[in-house]
This record gives sequence, structure tokens and C-alpha cells, in this order.
Amino acid sequence: MARLTNDNVELAREIIGRYPRPKSALIPLLHLAQEQDGYLTDDAMAHIGELVGVSSAEVLGTASFYEMFKMEPVGRYMVNICTNISCQLRGGEELLAHAEKTLGIRPGQTTSDGLFTLEDVECIAACTEAPCLQVNYRYEHRISNEGFDQLVNDLRAGRRTDVPAHGVLAEVRQHIPEDRRAGVVTPEDKDVPVWISAAGESNR
Amino acid sequence: MAESDVTPIDGVAVEINGVEVIAHKGELLIDAAERTGTYIPRFCYHERMNPVGMCRMCLVEVDTGRGPALQPSCMLECTPGMKADTESAVTKKAQDGILEFLLANHPLDCPVCDKGGECPLQDQTMAYGPGESRFVEEKRHKEKPIPISDLVLLDRERCILCDRCTRFAKEVAGDPLIHFIHRGNNTEVNTFPDEPFASYFSGNTVQICPVGALTSSTYRFKARPWDLETTESTCQTCSVGCRISIDSSRDQVQRFAGVDIDPVNWGWLCDKGRFSSEVVTSDARLSEPLVRDGSGLVPAKWSDALNRFAKALDNASSAQSIGVIGGSRLTNEDAYAWSKFFKGVLATDNVDAQLGDGLPAHVVLGLPSATIDEVCAPGGTVLLLGPDVKEELPVLFLRLRHAAVEDRVTIVEVSPRSTGVTSLTKASVHPRPGETADVVAALMSSAAIDREIAGVAAAELEAARAALAAATGPITVVLGRASLAESASVTVAAASAILAARPDTTFLSALRRSNVRGALDMGLAPGLLPGRVTLEDGAEWYSEVWPSMPAAVGLDTEGILRAAADGRIDVLVLLGADPLSDFTDADLAERGLTGARTVLSVDTALNPSSKRADIVLAAAGFAEKAGTTTNIEGRVSTLSQRVTPPGTARADWMLAAEVSTRLGTDLGFESFGDVLAEISAVAPAYLALDQAIAEGSPDGVMLPLDVVVIIDEDDEDIVIVDETVTVSQDGAEVDVTADVVVDDADAADSESTEGLIEIIADDADVAGSMPPFVQFTPIQMVTAPPVDSYSFRLVASRKLYDQGTLVQSAPSLAPLAPGSTVSLNPWEFDRLGVATGGRAIVRTAKASVNVTVQSDSGVPRGVAAMIVNQADGRVSDLVSADELVAEVRIETAP
Repeated sequence: MARLTNDNVELAREIIGRYPRPKSALIPLLHLAQEQDGYLTDDAMAHIGELVGVSSAEVLGTASFYEMFKMEPVGRYMVNICTNISCQLRGGEELLAHAEKTLGIRPGQTTSDGLFTLEDVECIAACTEAPCLQVNYRYEHRISNEGFDQLVNDLRAGRRTDVPAHGVLAEVRQHIPEDRRAGVVTPEDKDVPVWISAAGESNR
Repeated sequence: MAESDVTPIDGVAVEINGVEVIAHKGELLIDAAERTGTYIPRFCYHERMNPVGMCRMCLVEVDTGRGPALQPSCMLECTPGMKADTESAVTKKAQDGILEFLLANHPLDCPVCDKGGECPLQDQTMAYGPGESRFVEEKRHKEKPIPISDLVLLDRERCILCDRCTRFAKEVAGDPLIHFIHRGNNTEVNTFPDEPFASYFSGNTVQICPVGALTSSTYRFKARPWDLETTESTCQTCSVGCRISIDSSRDQVQRFAGVDIDPVNWGWLCDKGRFSSEVVTSDARLSEPLVRDGSGLVPAKWSDALNRFAKALDNASSAQSIGVIGGSRLTNEDAYAWSKFFKGVLATDNVDAQLGDGLPAHVVLGLPSATIDEVCAPGGTVLLLGPDVKEELPVLFLRLRHAAVEDRVTIVEVSPRSTGVTSLTKASVHPRPGETADVVAALMSSAAIDREIAGVAAAELEAARAALAAATGPITVVLGRASLAESASVTVAAASAILAARPDTTFLSALRRSNVRGALDMGLAPGLLPGRVTLEDGAEWYSEVWPSMPAAVGLDTEGILRAAADGRIDVLVLLGADPLSDFTDADLAERGLTGARTVLSVDTALNPSSKRADIVLAAAGFAEKAGTTTNIEGRVSTLSQRVTPPGTARADWMLAAEVSTRLGTDLGFESFGDVLAEISAVAPAYLALDQAIAEGSPDGVMLPLDVVVIIDEDDEDIVIVDETVTVSQDGAEVDVTADVVVDDADAADSESTEGLIEIIADDADVAGSMPPFVQFTPIQMVTAPPVDSYSFRLVASRKLYDQGTLVQSAPSLAPLAPGSTVSLNPWEFDRLGVATGGRAIVRTAKASVNVTVQSDSGVPRGVAAMIVNQADGRVSDLVSADELVAEVRIETAP
């Protein structure tokens, strides 16, 4: 259980500064917490509530709507295998059965080494590439049983540097320069929104 | 129709079920329909909260010119020409369908559900729903019930997700500790893990839940609605005067619920008020009188106890050697009876309903007054100069919160530390205790503030001053004691400064104990007589109806205790009072109680002080006697009897009459109505109250009443001077101030007298000129002692739950008292070497207490904040009644 680290609090403050209302930064901050711990700890949610000025219950209420925010620890790699219609026709269910055998777990479970969590998912919008799966939301297309085993071996051996740990959204973090940030000013208190008035001179 | 006679300037003509009605501008269709007699079923809509359109039960077929379509009437403002059909086949099918849908997962465990019998879902299914469900699938199952706080339990299976409780928590109470989680297929209401719904207002969610999903721990499985007998009354837990209903079964009080009255509580209650229903049935209640013999307090016969009570008073060496403390827990009738007995029979003026923790009577009664509605009027400006309203007068907090959040009311706070209201304020300044008046005087000035005052930075002060200066009309002030470690004179000086600078300011006194305002109105304070008149002004007026009169202004509670400590009090009478726990200076209370030769108590239960008494008379309590009560505004509302008192306990007015008879004076009271009639005839501010009460408005009666005097024109003894009528009767003259004077009873029916209370002038059975009301006496600035940088100034404030008799008699509330702590600014921790959660010794010259340390950035540096009347370490041990502020030293406990 962990609150946000000092470095992440710095980042959180920057993220909050992008929005006219602190509360709007809630989901980006939940991603930040999930990146830090791999899942959303209660302490992190409470901490985010303090940072954006809402109650912990409201943070939980928002976070728990989204399937991709995990409230329980998951493996370093979240493997989502599609079993929806196109993938099913192209062997998605067989692939899932193979994955269960290879990893030795059922959907929803995590391997004992803490590396893999398996999930079956509904359509992930890659029907032309069926059967497909995602590892930490990165696609693997037209995957065969052998291809799956290769993927697992590569991940285990650390050869897939393109797939970061669960929770990391991107390799490059977005930074918005100070003068382009909205600033925490509620819209009612401003005649012209900050992001318009800041850009206004050059636009005119 | 009468409605169509209304000039439709602000009205909107709409057609509901073929009948044209005039809706108010902006009125919701569901409200307009209900107001004009068409009830549209609903679950989520609540008239005191914003509509959300969650439940879809209020769907009706509406045509706004584009053809009829189903629309939720709670989300639809009336527009001209709108046609609504609440009984069409389409509407009925929609209602039928919504109910079938809501019942798809509802467990139908009605036979074991507390709501069964008073359940909107049950009732509306009967009225609008399908006979049976087409659903054969397994219903959702969830653990039932789960506690979401110490007082409220949640059964998620029964929940229909109407959003009432969660909206209440966020919008009304401002405690969004419950929320929808797992939104989607598995939406449920819940708290954050290990963070309970610890709101002071949690019980309201139980009352507004339209199904049996939320139940209170105090009422679960106690009674069925059809077994309940209900009476409307007024909550006596604090002095806001919330209207409540009392439900009883088998002569036992089962629960209280809020009743919606517009001027006060809007249907809401705080948990302390709601769950104080347990106090009535508490095991600690006295059911018979007690007298002291060799072995302690033992039960006695009433005749014996009353004889000994009367004899003790008779044996007092003089009127000055009798002291009376308390009375705030009584009805107005009880208070008047005791007032008449002590002041009008025994002629002692050593009577005080407050225990050094309130404000002088001339401040409460004499300042220009504001009602709650006036304080919360949209667009107004309020100065909070008193206690933490959330902790002491919780429903006033709800009204203020609504005013600030919804009605653009500007709140400026001057308090020694941050409070529950601070987050709602435009500006909040925290002057050093004892120096509040200096800050207030500066804030009232028209000149900008450019220097630090009382430890508050110039910029903060200027922000507060500017907020007050920006007020478009007169400001209102909520005035009370922010800290019991600070003398009341600081508050009085601040009020004086405000009135000097802005004479049009009005004040709402934030006093706490239930009927403290009524007790003061009934003269239970030194130098005061019933009806808001002083002893000096009213002595002549009362001399005709009271056999005797105090010779001079007497002592207040502090004075009585000091006199008792010095052996000058023979008989100390406690009227439902507990000075050992409640007086601000515990040491003085102890010496006073020890020094008094005889201590008499009249109480509903034994408390630390009454345990030391020689005679304790068992009094009937709340819900056990009829009467009237006066709230902080001066609004009188009725108290009703719902159950019989325990054992042989009796109402205080009966006890006063009994004791008085034993001393040879008949008070003339045989029923509570007799007392009310006498108050209404003689107490100037309460003139004609009984007639106004008889009209039975649940909103209560604001005093003094607008009266119309009907006089007989043939009576030559009557002289009319402006609007004062002088009636001559039996040679004595009566001046009555009337708003309208008419010369015979027929003319009284004219429009000019509509809504006014009529009194028949020659019915007046009193003589003399009606005395003027109490006036506020301003005082000069008080000077605080210089700051000692090694000391902390003590702030002693209250929490809602404490070790008081009321909270501790309610088993559900008793464990909620937080215990004694000292809160310090985190900056002080290093210098003192203390740590959060560690123990520290707080020391004054006369005592020290060992308490837990808390870090609180809302406490200014140089201030130590403690909570009054908590277990383990009493603040009142530290405070000396004769000091302006208490200075304490803090050391780490070994």
C-alpha cells in the first residue's frame, strides 16, 4: 500500500495544473498511481483525493467504473485474449485454452511468479487480425499457439523491451509548458478561459 | 378555477390532465402537478435536493408542441402551453414498466424489512405497478446488511439506486463519503474501504431512502409502521428548534424523524437529535424522587421528598442565600413556573439558566435579532463570530451551507481556529484568543487594513474586511462563544464594536442548550423577568400577579458558585443542570457544590452534580410532557407528549406548584394550559401567545406577536394614544402596544387585521404600563494580557458528541465522543518535542491534564485547541472563570 512518491506528487501537481478544475485531473492521476504500483492501492486513491480535493469515496466511485483500473494486484504483464465473435471464429477460445495450459492459470488469475495475469476480453477492435490479444494493452496480431509460447518466453527473458510493466501508459511522458497550462481557475471565475487568453495575443 | 385568477406575469400556464394550471416561473412539472392536486409517483426526486432523473418513475406523457412523448417530470421546467397527461395509457405503461424493472433485482423481503408498511416502493407498486413480474432469473445477491457507519446499515440488495442518499451526502451535508461504485452492471452505493460514512447527518439518509436499503442501528426491528403512534414536536437536543415527529409503540419512544418546516430545518436533523430518541428510554432515567440518608441517595415517597425540598428552601436564612442554576432543558411553562416560584415567591434573583458558557441575557435578548431565514437570505453577507456551528448547531450549519453553496451568501468567519464552516467562507481569520474584538473593530472600518492585528496578517484581514464592505445590505452576525476558555466579555465587546460601526446589523445568538432562549425569556437569569423585560423595568408590572419580587439584581452562575464556595449559599438548586461537568471552571464548580449547605436537584437522570444532591426530584423529560419551547431566533413552537413519564416522574411546572403550595403560596397552575395562559397574559414579549399557538402552525410563532386590540367603544375608560391602548380596569391602567387598534369585534374581521392576533383589551388581568424590552448594553474594548511566547493560548470548543448526560444516555451516541486531545499547529511540534498521537501535559497555574496530541493546520501557531467535556483530561480543570483567556504550557508527557 503506497501513497504517491514525492516525484509523482511533483508530476501530479503539473498534471493538475493543466485543468481549470483540479478534479478534472482525477483520471490522469489514477493512471499515474497505477503506473507507480501496477494497480490502484487504497492509499494512492486516498492521496489523489487529497490532491484534487474530492473524497476517497468519490475517487473510488470514478476509478471503479473503468475496467482498466485494477483495484487488486495484477502481474507485471496483463494478457487479454479476445474471445469475441471474429476471434472466436479464428480460434480465440482455443488460444485462451492454450494460454491457460501454458501459464497454468485460469482467466482472472496471476501466475505465482507475479509475471502474468490472464483475462478473456470482449472485442478489442482488431477483427481483421484475429485471433488477437493484448499484453499490457499492446497488440499481438494473428497469434498462434506457438506464437503465444514465444511471446511468453520473450517476456520472461526480458526480450520484449517494447512492453513496459502494467500501468505504464507510454515511454514518453507528456509535458505541457507552464505558459500553456490552463491553471487552476474555475471557469466561472474567468471571463475568458486561460488557455484562450494565453494564446489570444498570437492568434489575433 | 382559482389558479387562473392569478395574474400570469410570473406564472406559466400549463395543462395537466386537461386542466389549465398556473405554474411558477421555473417550477418543475412534478412540483406544479403536486401543488395543484396531481401526484406524480417518484423515488429519486426530493423537493429539498436537485433533481437527477435517476429512477424514471416520474415519466409522464408531455406535449410541448412536438407531439406527446414520455419525459421525466422532475427534470422538466414548465413552459407555456405544455400539456402533460399523467394518466394516459402510455404513462401508465411506463410506470408499470419502470416498477417491473426496479423490482427485477429487489429482494421482496418485505416481511422482514423495517420499511415494510411505509415503503414508497411497496406503495407505488400497489398503486401503479404490475401484478406480477415476468422475471424468472436469479436476483442479485449481496451481503446484507453492511454497516456503513456506527449508526447506519446498508442492504445493497434492496437499493434501487435512486441517488438520494449519495446526493444528500454530497449536496446537502457536504460529506461525500458514500458514492456509487462499480458503476455499470454492478453499481452499488458504498463507502471507501475503512472510511465509514461518519457524517453528523447520516441519519437523514435513512429517512429519505425510498426503500429499506438504509436502516438505522437504533430502530432496526424495533417496531412496525402500523403499530406506531406519531406526534409532532420540536427537537430539544440543541436550540435550533428542528421540527420532528416522535414515533412510539407500546408507550415506548421508538424513533424521531425530521419534519419539513420552511423557516428552520427543511426536514433535516442531525444524528445527535435523531438518535437522542434513545435518551427517552434510557435506563438511567429517574422514575421516583431520591433523598439522602446515611447510606446515600435512596428512593422516597413524593410527599416526603417534596416536603423536605420545601423545608430546605424555607430554612434558607435569606432570599440571597438561595441560588438556582439551570433551566435550559425545560419547557417555557416549566421555566415560567420555576421563575415565578423563585423570583415571585421566594424573591431570590440568584437564578441563571446558563453555566458560564453562554452570553449575558441582555446580549441574547437585547441585540437586534435576525431569523435563520434572514441570515441565509440569498445574496446576503454573514459574519460568523461564535462557535463551530457544525459542532454545536448542526442544522443551522446545513442552512448556512445551502446559503453559501446555492444562494450566493458571503460568509466571513472570525474564530480562534478553523471550523467546519471554514471551507464555505469567503474569508476566515483566526485572531489570538482574547483579541477578537480588536480584529472585529478593524473589519468594520471603512479604511483598508495594512497592519497585523492579533496575530492575523494584514492581507488576510483586508480580504475579510473587503468581503464585509462589499455587502449590499445590512450584514447579519451569528454571535456566540467560540471558546469557553475566553471570557464572554470578548464576544460582547465584539458585538458592541459591530453595532457601533453598523447600527443596522442584526444578530442570531448561537447558544447551544435546547431551550436556553426560552429560559432567558422566562426570566431565568439575574436581573430579568419573564417576557424579555428587566427586573428594574418589570417589577411594577409583575407586582400585581406575583406575590413577591427580588429586591436587587442577583448573581449569575459564576457568582452563585463563588458565593457558595464562600459559604454564603444555604440552598443551591440545580434545575436539570450539571455544573461539575458543564461549568467552564471545574474547580470553582466543585468548591461551590461543596460549600453549599444543601443541594437540591430536579432532573431526569442522575449526573455527577445531582449525585451530590440531598434531594433529587424526578422530572418528566422530552416527549413526556406538553409545552412550548423557544429557539435561538425567538421562535416558539410546541412540544407534545407522546409517552408517559417513567415511574412517577412529573413535569417541572407541577413540581414548582407543589413546592410552592407547601410554602403557603398557590402558584395557580392546575394544567400546563394554565401556565401558558398566564405567560400569554403577563409576559410582555409573549402576549397572546396561547391564541397564536392555538392556530397550530407547525412553523411556530415568532415573538413578539403583531397584535390587534379590540376595545369596546362604549367603555369610557379607554384612551387611545397613537397605537398604544390604555385600558382602565378597577382603577389600574394597562398600556398595550398594538399594531392595529379597532373599536369593536366586528371591525376586527377587516383586511387590515388579517393575520394579526386579537386580544380583547378589557380581558387584561394585569395592571401597570407594559415595560419595555431588554436593551443591549454595549461594553468597551477588553484588553488581553500581553503575549507570552512560552505559552499557548487555550481554545476550548465543543464537539457534537461529548460526555454530557444527553449523549451518554444514548447507547448509540455515547461511543462517538472523540475523547480529550490537544490540537497544535504542525509547526509547533519540533519546538515542543511532541509527536502526533503522543501524550502531552497541558498545564496552567492551577492544574494540568495529560492528553493525546493531534496535528491540525487549522489551529494557528501559539494556540492549543482542546475539546470541552471529553473523557480523560477535562479542559474545565484548566480554565479559571475570572481570567479573560487561559494561557497554558505544554510539555511532553514522561
